Amino acid sequence: MNLTMAKALNAGLRRALGADPKVLLAGEDIGKLGGVFRVTEGLQAEFGPDRVVDSPLAEAGIVGTAVGLAMRGYRPVVEIQFDGFVYPAFDQIVSQVSRIRFRSGGQFGVPLVVRIPFGGGIGAIEHHSESPEAYFAHTPGLKVVTCSNPLDAYWMIQQAIADDDPVIFFEPKRRYHEKGEVDTDADDAPMSLYQARVVKPGTDATLIAYGPMVRTCVEAAIAADKEGRNLEVVDLRSLSPLDDATILASVRRTGRAIVVHEAVGTLGMGAEIAARIQAECFFELQAPVLRVTGYDLPYPPSRTEDGYLPDLDRVLDAVDRSLAY
Amino acid sequence: MTEAADSIDFVQLLDQAGRRVEHQDFAYAGTDADIAARLRDMILARRIDSEATALQRKGELGLWPPMLGQEAAQIGSARASRMPDELIPSYREHGVAWCAGIDPIDLLSTFRGTSMACWPSRPKNFHLYSFVIGSQTLHAVGMAMGMQRDGLVGNEDPDANGAAVVYFGDGATSQGDVNEAFIFAASYAAPVVFFCQNNQYAISEPIALQSRIPLYRRAAGFGFPGVRVDGNDVLAVEAVTAWALDHARAGKGPVLVEAYTYRMGAHTTSDDPTKYRKAEEEAEWRAKDPIERVTTYLLNAGAIDQAWLDRVAVESEALAERLRAACVELPEPKLEDSWHQVYANTPDLLENQRTEYLAYQAAFEVN
Ligand SMILES: Cc1ncc(C[n+]2csc(CCOP(=O)(O)OP(=O)(O)O)c2C)c(N)n1
Ligand SMILES: [Mg+2]
Repeated sequence: MNLTMAKALNAGLRRALGADPKVLLAGEDIGKLGGVFRVTEGLQAEFGPDRVVDSPLAEAGIVGTAVGLAMRGYRPVVEIQFDGFVYPAFDQIVSQVSRIRFRSGGQFGVPLVVRIPFGGGIGAIEHHSESPEAYFAHTPGLKVVTCSNPLDAYWMIQQAIADDDPVIFFEPKRRYHEKGEVDTDADDAPMSLYQARVVKPGTDATLIAYGPMVRTCVEAAIAADKEGRNLEVVDLRSLSPLDDATILASVRRTGRAIVVHEAVGTLGMGAEIAARIQAECFFELQAPVLRVTGYDLPYPPSRTEDGYLPDLDRVLDAVDRSLAY
Repeated sequence: MTEAADSIDFVQLLDQAGRRVEHQDFAYAGTDADIAARLRDMILARRIDSEATALQRKGELGLWPPMLGQEAAQIGSARASRMPDELIPSYREHGVAWCAGIDPIDLLSTFRGTSMACWPSRPKNFHLYSFVIGSQTLHAVGMAMGMQRDGLVGNEDPDANGAAVVYFGDGATSQGDVNEAFIFAASYAAPVVFFCQNNQYAISEPIALQSRIPLYRRAAGFGFPGVRVDGNDVLAVEAVTAWALDHARAGKGPVLVEAYTYRMGAHTTSDDPTKYRKAEEEAEWRAKDPIERVTTYLLNAGAIDQAWLDRVAVESEALAERLRAACVELPEPKLEDSWHQVYANTPDLLENQRTEYLAYQAAFEVN
């Protein structure tokens, strides 16, 4: 089937709800309205208001009650309406969700999925274009993943729900309406949730990206091809844990790495990835690991976001700099 | 026994047919000329709002949260305040902004994405729009605590006193921040009027999901008075808010005012209310229009005539035309300005980033 990412997520959620009566969805406006991005459209009608729950307007409440449900064996999937509104729930996620297993000596896990539409590029007002993934990846006990295309969206959401650990699931909102082939009849996911994927093989340098920036990097690689530069693109998919093996193998092949993300550079995913690469591939590196990221600014007024967000040109500029070493 | 959250028992001074009604505790202190001034405010504010909605439809704004239907709640409460009161809005308070003398073009700029919330706050103490639901209620309490320390509360001369008025929605009352704001304000007897516009919805979610008792009655649990007012009755809103402000300014502590109203439009221009509410309900509320009843009253009282209404209509069209023209002329923001807006003293990292950004842009222009 040719599905948008939003529809693929919807199909994945539907399948998870159908497969396991313990799965339940909660969040603001997810029922009748189907969520502001319509990711849960039709699910309340199909599974009822006990399984697809409209929550009062309180993120700490949504996540905190999900912890309790999870401790009684449910598998809650909560939606945070926009990236910028996860912070009222930050305490619950960082101090509770991530640690219940550790604190209880393994008696309780929190098989919770927190879905967060994230990233910019949609001309939104304040607090609707954030990329807060590093805060969560910084927290032991949480897993953090993000999909870049409809097929991954369909499988990754189901794998996240099936995982016995809490998963923060970032959905690149500007890619919600991009389409791709999804076989919703297939029995099994094509790969592990925590594996990175080489989406385009290449020899000259490795572009490492995730979520919304994967497409940007693939486009940059196609443009570079025309100039005789053969770039490899790695889609991380999982930000925590990181699939070191795939990342390092790619960089060993190409000798050059450029990490691309929308989030601000300082202490972002790129910093961690660069550190791991330099520690493991020091002698194979032909150039320092470079980063192309959002600037160290609060997300700016939307009319300037094109300059703020990494784009094809900024990626290729970094490729030039890398190859110049 | 709980009283249903939607059972209507409120202070009303002008009914939906435009007749003055008596209330045992509240009376409207103004004249018919004052009421006509409120009507003019409401008509102009509605025109600003409809023009902004139209501009969004034309692609000139990224988004607009319409105020349609909430004119009386906003104009009535804002006109009850005066300096040095602090007005702390949520994001739909275009009518309050109007009363505070904010140029509506500055509101459009925020929703066009040409600026953050950069209007001049201080002249009339009208603060930033807040998009994180409920967060501003705590700031308001802090401002009120500051006013206490600045000697603006409980003075013998009532004109020397001030209070904070903070706006938030029915949905916001579920947030921890709002409940904490209630607690802090009560503990310190801070001079705050919590002005909740219960417009019946938080996007698609009806009020019953947020509260099983009328919102105004929550105040009792926190230890301060709560009043529900007909939010579509500008006279009642002004009278109740004036009382609440006097109470707070005198040092008697916070008040919760629940303005019972209706969001006649969509949540924002991105929203489709047909997915979650019925046309009959909308029609029922249209009959309670806040502007119509005042027009009827003033016409019947002979305080205004058709010529007056025509003049205001001309004025509002001129205002809309100015906004239409000014919106597309709003200066395009420059990303390079952002680096200097983050800190009082820009750190080297940001300064260097800015320099690199400018060099990168310049290289583009040459190529
Ligand atoms: C913390 C937070 N969570 C979610 C949102 C998304 N959101 C924006 S407006 C809104 C509904 C607000 O309802 P209400 O408080 O009744 O105000 P109204 O929009 O009706 O004026 C929601 C859920 C947000 N802005 N902030
Ligand atoms: Mg509301």
